[in-house]
Amino acid sequence: MDTIIHGVQGFMYPNEMELQWSILIVLYPFLTGLVAGAFILASLERVFNVEAVKPTYRLSLLTALAFLLVSPLSLQLHLGHPERSIEMYLTPNTSSAMAMFGFIYLWYLMAVLLLEIWLDYRKEIVLMARSGTGVRRWIYKALTLGSDNISERSLEIDNKVGKFITVIGIPSAFLLHGYVGFIFGSVKANPWWSTPVMPIVFLFSAMVSGIALVLLVYMLVSWFQNLKIDMDCVDTIARYLLYAFLIDFSLEMLDLIHRIYEADESFQSLDFMVHTRLYTSQVLIQIVLGTVVPIALLAFVQLVRLSEKARKGLYVLAAGLTLVGIFAMRWNVVIGGQLFSKSFLGYTTYKMEFATREGLLPTILLLILPFVILWVLVKLLPPWPKESGVEKA
Amino acid sequence: MSPTRREFLAQSGKFLLLTGAAALAFDQILAGKPEEASNYKLTNHWWGMIIDIEKCIGCGACVRADKAENDVPRQPYYFRTWVERYHVPPVDLQHPETESLPEVDSPNGGYDGFTEKYRRGDGSKNFFVPKLCNHCAHSPCVQVCPVGATFESPDGTVLVDTKYCMGCRYCVQACPYGCRYIHPVTHVVDKCSLCYHRITKGLTTACCEACPTGARRLADLKNPDDPVHEFLRTHTIQVLKPQMATGSKMFYHGLDGSVR
Repeated sequence: MDTIIHGVQGFMYPNEMELQWSILIVLYPFLTGLVAGAFILASLERVFNVEAVKPTYRLSLLTALAFLLVSPLSLQLHLGHPERSIEMYLTPNTSSAMAMFGFIYLWYLMAVLLLEIWLDYRKEIVLMARSGTGVRRWIYKALTLGSDNISERSLEIDNKVGKFITVIGIPSAFLLHGYVGFIFGSVKANPWWSTPVMPIVFLFSAMVSGIALVLLVYMLVSWFQNLKIDMDCVDTIARYLLYAFLIDFSLEMLDLIHRIYEADESFQSLDFMVHTRLYTSQVLIQIVLGTVVPIALLAFVQLVRLSEKARKGLYVLAAGLTLVGIFAMRWNVVIGGQLFSKSFLGYTTYKMEFATREGLLPTILLLILPFVILWVLVKLLPPWPKESGVEKA
Repeated sequence: MSPTRREFLAQSGKFLLLTGAAALAFDQILAGKPEEASNYKLTNHWWGMIIDIEKCIGCGACVRADKAENDVPRQPYYFRTWVERYHVPPVDLQHPETESLPEVDSPNGGYDGFTEKYRRGDGSKNFFVPKLCNHCAHSPCVQVCPVGATFESPDGTVLVDTKYCMGCRYCVQACPYGCRYIHPVTHVVDKCSLCYHRITKGLTTACCEACPTGARRLADLKNPDDPVHEFLRTHTIQVLKPQMATGSKMFYHGLDGSVR
């Protein structure tokens, strides 16, 4: 009792003292954002024929899948009755943004991502099922789903269907993360969340984080596997990251300026919060360290001719800071939105636990898990087949 | 003489049947008299409440009655109903342009009443505001519930199906009034049900019954004989946070502009 009431300042409604959504709910939009961003980057190559980013095409898809598989786990851990979550699909409330999101998630996983990856890898899966031995042979045989026709004609059809799915996939990816923004943006009771730009801000921050993640993963995987990093590719991705970031930052600043100028009934309260309880995570980590610094680094690379090595270093630094910044952004939305009272007269504190169901430890594990899945996926479905001409470093 | 196979089967069969029947009959006895068929008709009612701020003395009887009636956890951050004390300081004569925020408190939700804190005659305005679920006609909580576990009943109450709620807490976020909490034992959402088990049997709510000054009065807006109609016609009425347009059915009389 005392631990909850301690840290309350001013007046909170009595039921408000305890925070409802924990760090797991911070993690959720962070993970889905990475999925949407990675997929949108992959689509560039497929739909808009951006040849330069081709080396990351398959890696982006696998990254998206690995994170998409983990993201609902954070929700399941948070639910009071996870065994009832299936009801969201069986008897959904159609006016609920959260219920409808379940279908968007499923659509995106089954109809877009899995299908696209399968079509893209089908030829290799069939070949490996034919040449493999023992368990490997059976795994690949199962993955063919009973279709082992890899004639010229059938591969051509695969390619056409794959392209069609990507075209559908782009709006789906936009929907996936835009909709996460809507889940928060449509809560009229909470002025920190309730804004029509929330879905768009979420979408662009998703693109930013997804692009940064693929950039990082590509460079790391290449180092580990001793492959030569395609500089043309990372330069192009870094450029896209800069563009997406500039749009994202402008949108967030637009929201901020709008709030300051309108100064509605919630303003005093929110303003006080940003200057006190959210100062470190919002101003210092999100805006300065996680946005302004990486934008400056990426812009610096565009303006000044640098050596390959310097560029690589700056990209890793910028991408790493970007991920920290976007995580802080999710934190400030989810946790920040619960630190002030809906009476606008008081503030509470989020006391993060460590080794509990909704603590820091499961969060860290859930952040590591996608990389484990990605490692398995990369082993199972190599993004760079040997004959593709990727050079050894 | 040992029984034949046929006799043994017949005897044991009877024994099993009779013990089964006796067990069933005993269950009936233990369950007590079957309830009288209720003549409660959902569509004949539209429930709300009148809350008269000027009559509330902050004794906390409603909070205590509610916690006892509805098994609300006793900790000071789980409430189906609670009472807030408002202290609005006088206008600062030197700086009348600065808005002075009210000082609000609700120690233990008003469960133990309030101890004297403000001096009489210091120019301030002091009053109590009882709060509970607003049983909104356009409930934001009902709108967002992913599984439809919280719903609007045709009689105007907003109820929770505790066997269906998965504890996602979206409704807690969506409620502008802070009326919902997650029950620490059942891990599902809980809130005021307007004592549904009582009002459907012709009783009033526990809080209304316990209120010594009649500051809270249950109202049935579909009943032409309910004194609520007279009250609404002859008094100034306001709901909490009208800008939220939730169709709140908690009608406050004497509500100050500083109340949020």
